Amino acid sequence: MSAFLTIEGLNVSLSGVLPILRSVDLAVHAGEVRGLVGESGAGKSMIGKAILGTLPRALRIESGRILLDGEDLQRMRPRDRRRLIGAKAALIPQDPLTALNPARRIGPQITDRLVDILGWRRRAALSRALELLDEVRITDPERVMRAYPHELSGGMRQRILIASAFAAEPRLIVADEPTTALDVTVQKQILRLIRDMQARHGTALLFVTHDLGVVSKICQTLTVLYGGLVLEDTTIEEFFAAPGHPYSAALLGATPKYTDPHGSLTPVPQSVIDAANAQLDAFDRARRQ
Amino acid sequence: MPILKRLLLRLVTTFVTLFGVAVIVFVVIRVVPGNPIAMMLPPGAGEDDILRLKALYGLDKSIPEQFLIWLGGVLQGDFGTSITTRQPVLELVLSRLPATLELSVMALIIAVVAGGILALTGTRLRGGRVEAGIDVANGMALSVPDFLWGLVLILLFGVLWPVFQISGRVSPNIDLPFSTRFYLFESVLRLRFDIWADLVSHMFMPALALAIPLAAIIAQLLKQSLKETMHLDYVTLARTKGYGENHVIIREALPNAILPTLTLVGVQFTFLIGGTVIIERLFSYEGLGNMAINAVINRDLPLIQGIVILFALIFTMVNLLVDLTYAALNPRLRRG
Repeated sequence: MSAFLTIEGLNVSLSGVLPILRSVDLAVHAGEVRGLVGESGAGKSMIGKAILGTLPRALRIESGRILLDGEDLQRMRPRDRRRLIGAKAALIPQDPLTALNPARRIGPQITDRLVDILGWRRRAALSRALELLDEVRITDPERVMRAYPHELSGGMRQRILIASAFAAEPRLIVADEPTTALDVTVQKQILRLIRDMQARHGTALLFVTHDLGVVSKICQTLTVLYGGLVLEDTTIEEFFAAPGHPYSAALLGATPKYTDPHGSLTPVPQSVIDAANAQLDAFDRARRQ
Repeated sequence: MPILKRLLLRLVTTFVTLFGVAVIVFVVIRVVPGNPIAMMLPPGAGEDDILRLKALYGLDKSIPEQFLIWLGGVLQGDFGTSITTRQPVLELVLSRLPATLELSVMALIIAVVAGGILALTGTRLRGGRVEAGIDVANGMALSVPDFLWGLVLILLFGVLWPVFQISGRVSPNIDLPFSTRFYLFESVLRLRFDIWADLVSHMFMPALALAIPLAAIIAQLLKQSLKETMHLDYVTLARTKGYGENHVIIREALPNAILPTLTLVGVQFTFLIGGTVIIERLFSYEGLGNMAINAVINRDLPLIQGIVILFALIFTMVNLLVDLTYAALNPRLRRG
C-alpha cells in the first residue's frame, strides 16, 4: 500500500549554510498515527512546516521530494500547492491562545476554508461547523460560533482548532505539540479528543512532540529525530520493548514513568550525545563528497 | 464602561479642556506686546482717543473682568465682534470652517489611501528592493515639513509644469450656486463636476503637502505592525488552509495591525489641522488658518479667541472619533 504522505531525502537549510533537515525520509499511511519526536531544535516542527508549506522565509528546501497523495508538492504551482494542502491536510497548532485571529469571530474561522478553498455553500459549511463543535463536545455551539476568541478559555479554543482541522475531512493532520501550551488537566482531555476524532474520521496523524508519554498513548509508529537526521523509524511496540538506537534508549531512560513517578531520571549521557553528533558529522562529510 | 457613560465623560472633559484653552488664550493674547488699538490709530492720535477706543472695545477693564464678560457672551452664543471687520466672530469663523474642514479631510483621505497602499505593498514585497525603496521614500517624506512640501509642489506643479492652481479656493470667475460653504461636497451633490474639478485643482496641492508627512507615518507604522502580525500563529494557520499571501495580509493581518496605526493617525490628524494654518497662507486658501494669521497680525483679539476655541473643539472631537472607531474595530473593547 502506498503511503498518503511520503518524504524522500528532504534537505532543508538555513540560507544554504546551516543544515536544518538532513535527508529526511518519512512516510505516513492512510489512517496511521505517527509520532515525530526529538529534543528542541531537532527539526521535528520543521518537517510539519515543510509539509504544510509554512517554512520560515529564511529556510529553503535544498533537495528531496514531498509527495502528498501522490503529488510532488515542489513541482506544483504555488497556488495549486496551497489549495491541495488546504484540501487534503490540516494543522492542529501548538498554542490555542495565539492560533485564532482575535479580530474575527469563531464561526468564519472554522468555515472559511470550506467556503473559500473548497467551494462549499455557506449554509452547508455552517451546519458542518456546528456539527463538528458538537463533536468536540462544545456546549452551545451557536453561541461559540458568534464569539470572539478572547471570550473563550484555552481548552475551548484548542477544541475549536481541532474541530477546524477536521472540518474539511483532511486525509492528514499535522499536530504540532498540540498539548504543550495547555494545563496538565486539560492536556489529557485534549489528547483523548484528538485520538477519538482521529479514530472516528480515519485521518492520518503526524504527531509532533517531545513527550514520549504522549507518544505511547496515541501513536502507532514513531520517527526519532536528532539534529535534523532520522535516527530511528519504528513501531511503538518495538520502540518501547527494544529501542533500535542508543539515543532512543537514552531518551526513553530520561522520560518520567507514570508507574513510578518518584523513580530517578537518567539524563541522556554525554557519550550518547557525542556519538549522535559524530553521526551528524559523518552525514555532512558524506554529503559534501 | 458602557458606551453612553464613556461618551458623557468625554463630553465633560471636553468642556474642561475648552475652558482651559479659553483662559490661557485670553490671557496670553492680552499680555503679549502689541494691541489692537495701536493698530487702528491714525498717526498723531491723542491720549483720550486711545482711552475712548479702549472703552469702546471693553479693553479698559481688568483681564478677569474682560474674561467674565466674554464668557457671559459665549454662554449666550455670542463670541463677540471682530475688531477689524466689525462682523460677529461666530459668523466669520463658521464661514471659513467648511473650507478648512474640506482641506483637512481631503488631506487625510490622501494620506490614508497613499500610506495604506504603501504599507500593503511593502508588506507584500517585504525583504526586497520595493520595500527598501518605500522605506527611503518614507524617510524623505518625514524629514521635510509640510510647508516645505508646499513650496516644492508649487515649484513643480505650479511653475515648472503648471497643471494645478496655486492660489485660492476656487477660480474667481466661477459662479457658485451653493447654499452651504462646503463647496466640494455640495458640487458633487449638485452634480456640478465642472466646479468640482476647479475646486480640486485648487485644493489638490495644499492637501497633498499636508498629506505627505502623514502618509509616510501611516506607511511606516502600518507596515511595521503588519510585518509583526505576519509571523503570528493565526496567519500561519490561515496559510495552511490554502490562502495566498494577499488574502492573508488583508483579511488576517490587517484588521489587527490597523489598531495601533489608528491611534497615531488620530493624533497626527490634529497636527495636520494645525498645519493648515501655514499651508493655507502659502496657497492663499480662504480657510480658518489664513484668517487666524490675519487676526493675529491685526491683534483682532475676539477673532483670535474664537478661532482658537474652534480649533480646540475640532481637536477634541477628532480624539473622540478615534476612540469610538478604535472601540468599533477592536472586539476586545466592544463589550463591558
